[in-house]
Amino acid sequence: MESTVTTGNSEEKTWGGGNEPMGASYGKLMMWFFIVSDALTFSGFLAAYGFSRFKFIETWPIADEVFNHFPFLHGVDAPMYYVALMTFILIFSSVTMVLAVDAGHQMKKDKVALYMFLTIIGGGIFVGSQAWEWKNFIKGEYGAVETKGGSLLQFVNKEGKRVALADFAATLPEERGQLTRDKGTWFMSEATLPSYSVAEVQAGFKANPDILIRTEVLNDKKQKTILSREESMLRLSQAHYVVEGANLVRNEYGSKLFADFFFFITGFHGFHVFSGVIINIIIFFNVLIGTYEKRGSYEMVEKVGLYWHFVDLVWVFVFTVFYLV
Amino acid sequence: MSHEHEYVSNTSRIWKVFGILSLVTIVEVILGIYKPDSLHFTNFLGMSLLNWIFYALTVYKAYYIVYAFMHMEGERSSLRSAVVYPLIFLILYLLFILLTEGDYIYGVFKDSTIKWNF
Repeated sequence: MESTVTTGNSEEKTWGGGNEPMGASYGKLMMWFFIVSDALTFSGFLAAYGFSRFKFIETWPIADEVFNHFPFLHGVDAPMYYVALMTFILIFSSVTMVLAVDAGHQMKKDKVALYMFLTIIGGGIFVGSQAWEWKNFIKGEYGAVETKGGSLLQFVNKEGKRVALADFAATLPEERGQLTRDKGTWFMSEATLPSYSVAEVQAGFKANPDILIRTEVLNDKKQKTILSREESMLRLSQAHYVVEGANLVRNEYGSKLFADFFFFITGFHGFHVFSGVIINIIIFFNVLIGTYEKRGSYEMVEKVGLYWHFVDLVWVFVFTVFYLV
Repeated sequence: MSHEHEYVSNTSRIWKVFGILSLVTIVEVILGIYKPDSLHFTNFLGMSLLNWIFYALTVYKAYYIVYAFMHMEGERSSLRSAVVYPLIFLILYLLFILLTEGDYIYGVFKDSTIKWNF
């Protein structure tokens, strides 16, 4: 017991141990050390995101157009609602966590267990939501075309609404062989072929006079620029790759770095939530078997609580940076 | 002199903070969906006024999470300062350098013959 919970003892000598610098126990102080360094790690990532965004400020994707899915509402444009819901779930799990800490101070074992359980459920729902968000992001909705110069072209109709490749691409009688390792010489292979070839998209575009091309460039209304039919034809002739969904190389939403940062930062945060849930589960069982009751202190709950709140704190910033700004 | 003696149970404060955090999130979401033109198209120090509001609200939420949920307000002032001030300084410093540099590179791509995507 004495080894896990240090209690301040002013009678001991300063260098003999048992002191509590800044009035915080060893475990709590170390948790603060960790949180400060982890906060700086996340700041580094978010600042790097800001750097890349300022670098490509005129061509960055608009978040509202990318994250506009809501469960069971197919084809409905619902920006922000889902991620707002996720934010609420995480804030609420923070509330149950702080209630668990509060109950721990009053040595109420059953209440601590209940609130820890609710926190774990909240964290689980959040990670699940994040996975669903990733699934939509990776799958994509409309598809796009990349030019030889590396910029991305999306398709809209006369009203400026997005059109999916499947809605207009022609079907040409052509054979496209997937290069696999067994066919290639010297370990060559390629990524899964897109549903349509560049030629099919171009033929379909020619056949549908109502379709225009939308470039990545933001106009003075902070909307993506839509080209005229002639300009669209010219740009499309430079196409060299059909992009569907998102991966770490290219994505149909715009700037390549956008998907990279999205995967990396939300992934790193999601990993923190996941570890938090695992740690919470361990502590939850410790509460159930009465470890802290015997120890006479629920400080361990407080320490994981600090970590859990920190995860929530990071999400508040990720939410702003990726979805609002 | 353990901190546990200083701790006072305060469930009503927890719920109040939850109310504040929820309210601020709702305001953020409403602003994010409607994007009022007067805020969205007003530029202030390199960002739209709307973005400044989002960041201000975010820091406001962060304050409540750290001070109420992480119980920073109950800690010694030495611990408070040791955690908060280095973070604020380092993050602002990092943002300042990186965003200035990003803006500079944007200018290079825009005004000179170097092109990135075309």
